[in-house]
Formats: sequence, C-alpha cells, structure tokens
Amino acid sequence: MNFDFSEDQKFLKNEARRFLEANCPTSRVRKVLDDASATWDPELWKAVAGQGWLGAAIPEEHGGLGLGRLELCVIAEELGRAVAPIPFASTVYVLAEAIMLAGSEAQKAAVLPGIAAGDVIGALATSEGPGALSASGIRASVEGGKLSGTKIPVTDGGIATHALVLAREGGQPGLFLVDLSSAGVTRETLSTLDPSRDAARLVFDKVPAERLGGAGEGLALVEQVLDRAAVLLAFEQTGGADRALEMAKEYALERFAFGRTIASYQAIKHKLADMYVKNELARSNAYYGAWALNTDAPELPVAASAARIAASEAYWFASKENIQTHGGIGFTWAVDCHLHYRRSRQLSLVAGAPRVWKDRLVSHLERRNAAA
Amino acid sequence: MDFNDTPEEAAYRQKVRTWLEANAPRTRDGNDDGEGGGDLAAAKAWQAKKAAAGFACITWPREWGGQGGTPIHSVIFGEEEARYPIPSNPFQIGLGMCVPTVMNFADQATKDRFGLPAIRGEEIWCQLFSEPSGGSDVAAARTRAEKAPDGSGDWIINGQKVWTTGAQFSDFGIVIVRTDPNLPKHKGLTMFWIDMKDPGIEVRPIHQMSGGSGFNEVFFTDVRVKDSQRLGGVGDGWKVSLVTLMNERLAVGGATGAGWSQFLEAARDTTGADGAPLLQESAVREKLADWYVQAEGLRHARNRTMTALSKGQTPGPESSIGKIVSASLMQDLANEAVEMLDQYGIINDPDLAPLSGGFHGSLMMAPGLRIAGGTDEILRNIIAERVLGLPGDIRLDKDVAFKDVPTGR
Repeated sequence: MNFDFSEDQKFLKNEARRFLEANCPTSRVRKVLDDASATWDPELWKAVAGQGWLGAAIPEEHGGLGLGRLELCVIAEELGRAVAPIPFASTVYVLAEAIMLAGSEAQKAAVLPGIAAGDVIGALATSEGPGALSASGIRASVEGGKLSGTKIPVTDGGIATHALVLAREGGQPGLFLVDLSSAGVTRETLSTLDPSRDAARLVFDKVPAERLGGAGEGLALVEQVLDRAAVLLAFEQTGGADRALEMAKEYALERFAFGRTIASYQAIKHKLADMYVKNELARSNAYYGAWALNTDAPELPVAASAARIAASEAYWFASKENIQTHGGIGFTWAVDCHLHYRRSRQLSLVAGAPRVWKDRLVSHLERRNAAA
Repeated sequence: MDFNDTPEEAAYRQKVRTWLEANAPRTRDGNDDGEGGGDLAAAKAWQAKKAAAGFACITWPREWGGQGGTPIHSVIFGEEEARYPIPSNPFQIGLGMCVPTVMNFADQATKDRFGLPAIRGEEIWCQLFSEPSGGSDVAAARTRAEKAPDGSGDWIINGQKVWTTGAQFSDFGIVIVRTDPNLPKHKGLTMFWIDMKDPGIEVRPIHQMSGGSGFNEVFFTDVRVKDSQRLGGVGDGWKVSLVTLMNERLAVGGATGAGWSQFLEAARDTTGADGAPLLQESAVREKLADWYVQAEGLRHARNRTMTALSKGQTPGPESSIGKIVSASLMQDLANEAVEMLDQYGIINDPDLAPLSGGFHGSLMMAPGLRIAGGTDEILRNIIAERVLGLPGDIRLDKDVAFKDVPTGR
C-alpha cells in the first residue's frame, strides 16, 4: 500500500507553497478583488509559467515538463490555499487536458506549447443560461465550420485566447476549439460572486471553429474533461478548506470572550472538529481521484464525482463556518474570510453544481451494482 | 501512488494466504452470534491454531511471546483472515489492551503466567473501566479499593463497573479503582488485575435498547486482591490506563451493518407515490451520493493510515475520524431506508422486512455506536484538542479532593 504522494511530489508541494506565499499573498488577491477593472493577475500568471507549472503535465515534445497528474494535484492544492487569481483551472485542467485527450496532432502542436509558455489561456464555454447542462439546452451551432451563439457565463472568457465551446453541428452536440482573437467574437465581463476570477458572456457571430473529437461526441467529451478537471479542482477546494480551518483556528485561539479564549468553548471546538472531519473526507476522496486520474483507471468517473462532492461540501462548510467563528469582524470586507466564501462558490459551480454530480455518481453506482 | 504491497509485504501476504488456505475454517460455526458470545470453543480453537503457527499477537515483542512483527503484518493477516468464515473474536479487548498493560506493568512471574495462555486463547480478558458515574469521564471512577485491615497488604474492592464487554465469559480483567478519595481525581486511582471467577464478583448482562445483551454490569463485593496484582504504582492508575488505551488496536475493520449498496438496492425495489422506484427521486439520490462519499472517504482515510504504517510511520490524526462519521452514517442511512418503506417501515420482522430486518437492526444499534468507545462529543473534543491543538475545557474538578467534587445522579 502506497496511497500517498512521493517525496518528490511533496517537495514540489512545499516549493509551491513557498512560491505562492511570496508571490500570491492575499494582498495580491485583493488587488484584483478591489479593482473593478481587474479580473486576474497577469504578473502572477507569468511567474507561474516561469515555474513550469502550466506545462507540468504536458509532454516534453510539446514544451511541457512531462510530469504526471499527481504533480498537478499538489500544485492545485496550493493554488486553492492561496485563492490564486489566475486562469489555471480553465487553462491547465480543462483546455490542456481536453487537447491531450481528444486533440489531433496538429491541435496539440498548435496549442500545448503556448499553454506551457503562458501565452495561451483557456476557457470552457458550455453554459447558455440558468440550470444544468443538457443536450436540449445547447442553442449555439456550427455551420460550415463557423460558430454562432451565446455562452454565459464563461469562466475566464474575458481573458482567454482559446475557448472550448459546446455547440450543435448537424443537430448533434460537438465540442469546438475556437481562437478568441478571431473576428466575430464579442466579450462582456460579468459581475460574479467571486470577482477575483474572470467571467464573461461570449457572443459568437460566424467564428471559425475546429471540432475536437468525433461528431456528436461533444457531451461525452465534456464529461470526460470534467471528470479530469473535477479531481484537480477537488485539490484546490481541499487546499482552500484547509486554509479556512486554519484561519478559524488562529482567530479562535486569539479571541477572548467572557474571560477566556473562544477556542476553549465546545461550541467552537466541535465546529472546528467538524471542519476537520469534512476536510479529511475530502482529502481522502481527492487522493483516490488522483490515483484514478493518474492511472487513467476505469474508476475515474466514480472517483472524480466523489472527490468533487466531498471537496465542494468541505470548502463550503469551512468557508461559511470560518466567518461564523470570526463573528462580526468576519463579515467585513477587510478580513479575508469572504475570499474563501466567494472562491468556494466559484469552485463548486464552475464545473457543474454538486447536485448534478451527485445524480451522476448514483447513475454510475447503479450501473456498477447492476453489473456486479 | 498505488495500492500494491511492497515486495516484503507481498511475501508475507503469500505466506499468510498459503497458511489460511490449508488451515482456515470453510463454514461458520452455527452457534456463533457474531458478537463473541457464541460458541467459545470454536473461537478458542482458531486462536490456538493461529498462535501455534505464529499468526497471533503479530505485533507483540518476542519476549512477550509475540512475533515482533509490524502493524502492517497484522493488518495484512486481518485482511486475509476476513476472507474466511472465521469465528467471532472474543480476544480483541484482552489481547489489544488488557494483556499488554499487564505485560508493561506486572512482575516477571505474572508476565510468565499470563502471556502465552492469553495468546493461545486459553484465557479471556476484559477491561473494567466505565462506571455508572463516569462514562466519558473515566477518571471519575468511584469503585473503591482499600487496604485490608488485617495488615496482609491485600486490597478489598467494592463498587460497580458497567458496559464491560465479554465479562460473562472472561477469566481475568484489569480494573481501575479509587485508592485515595482525598487526592484530586486523576491522582487517587490505581490499576489491578483480577480473577473474574472471584465469588465477590457478580456479572449481570445489560438488556440493551436494541434487544441484545452484549455488555454487562459487574458488581464487586469485598473482592480481595493481593498487592502483587497491582499494575503500576499506587495512585498511578490513570497513567497506566493511558498505556492501555494507547495499545488499543488500530481499528481497521469496515463499517458494520447495512451500507450504501444495500440502500441503493432497497431504493430500487421500493416505489414512491407515483409508482416509480424511489431510486429515481432526486432527494433519495442526493442522500445516497452523500453516504457513498462519506463511506469512500473513510475507506481511503484507512488506506492513508495503512500507507503510514507500511512506511513505518505512526498513523496521523486522519485515523481519528472513523467512528464520528460511520456511526451517524449508519443511523441516518438506516432511518432513511426505513422511512422509504412508508407505513410498512414500522415492521422489523426478519421474515417481512427488507434485508431480513437489517436496516431496522442498524437503526436500533446506531445510538449505541455513537456512544461506545468515545461519544461523538468526546471524539470531537479529542480532534479539537489533540489534532487542532485547541485548549481543554475549564475543569471544576482539577485541584479538588475527589470526595469534594460535585456530583449529580
């Protein structure tokens, strides 16, 4: 049994923490949050590219480091802890993974080196309105290689160079790679719960689009990509949840009420113990997801669903109870609690809400039980 | 990251498999009730067989008669053994906690007397800690031991213990008693080993709310013990008990009772008001998903613990979350399964209820599971204090003579 990260991977994790403590303190996150015109931190993005993280899992022939997904997992956990205001997930977990999964050799050669270098930023454009993703909800369409339609919200859509767009072609859903510098693309930045991350409405008017994967396989491909992204997002969420628990603990220990530290009250101790339990369940599920992702195991859809559900629950709980533990000061803009509260919402919704994943998980379990 | 044995572990597993293949029982004994209260003969025979082959007390040092093996060896044996219909194990508390305490604190003659018979399953031990006045607060024990007035140096024990697992068939026990009520709570305690066949000891089974009787009350009336039965110094009982509890075996067993998979089948087989299977209802699916995720989280937390053991490390705090999660999971899942049946859910007759009444059984056992071996609340305190480093509660009994500590009922 060796259900743990290797010493090298743990070393990378420590390095990542040190790097982000120096380059992404919450004061940097707040610069994006407080500046209405900023939706990300391009300087941090450049620095992260310089670390080689963007291409960590990209093969060396395409300009990456050729490491595995486990290295991405440890980086993801640290990015989540730091509430990093960069399009890492959209670019690395979604665009790079999708291209490596279903891209042609030409598409790989065209996109992957740019990702590794920090020049290409990705975005996943599937949603067109309120409610869960469904085949009948796709109105964007591709005719004669030209995409038309509207996607809202598109995380990182305002800053991305390339988008993966779910659209109909000949009536069937397909996933299309779109260069967002093309004529006919209109972007409009959206106000969201998490202003430390970019989001936009994208309108396409006869924009050139290349299909990724087979005709009619769009939804299946999106599911595959989201399974992979879910594991990595689960590490971000777990990292954030751990940081929220630490904040709650640090504050509880230094805050006095009724003549003693509030950390000595069972109401607080049990709340923090509950956070710890949820975080450990999330971490353990995320580890299994990491194993499944790294080995491309048939268990991946189930493992990814469990990782996403557990991590979404843990981060939500830790972020809201961190505010509660802080009391009034936790409700102010000046204290960092809301950064995690906001990011927990962003991460829970960005790849589909937990209730959708729960439904999918049970569908997988039904099939597995029937086959057993 | 993988789930594979190291070469050394694989070799050990192979050795275990070969031995079990040749020696393990193929059918479960008909009288076994699964709680260690069935036919003890089968359990004793199996323990003796394991001891003879070097598969009992694997982690004990060789000078105790153990194998000097690692915790991972013990885990591997447990995993492989569980594939067979082995008798239920009435030795766990004795070999896991009581006898190691004896081996740590008794004189050489006592160790020689008790080590091997315990390993071979010839003698069974129980642990007498909890009392009616102190469940979570074990150090509040009121059972008294006083020096015999005859100057023999013997001690006379009077009082009552409760929730003693296996007392009805145990040969010996370790008991924590109060030897000085004038000292503060933790300082006036002393540990002894006792002979459970003493005529001054009366064992009465506790009729549980679930119907069964897996635990006992144990009454002590003028039970005389020799000073040589003392484990550790007079007044050091609390320190000795901490060693006992540290020796508690790593709980590696999966959650018992009906789980998510049985719930899924039940939800498929039960229809809602619209005539469709309840498994199609989103409220049911969400709960099922949550329980699966919790159960999987525990399974993989255990895998992380195994990994730490495999690397020769002490398992981290991740192993402390198991019972907090699994006990409530069992209770909530069982209750939802029963409620799914609507009016019919009230029936627990094994001939009529789904899963032969398995959900109903879990529902009635779950309250006990949330209390036994550390309540939900005490376990949260333990996580808060020992894992997160938060301060202990304000204590009103700290520097007060035990006899002056306020008591309720």
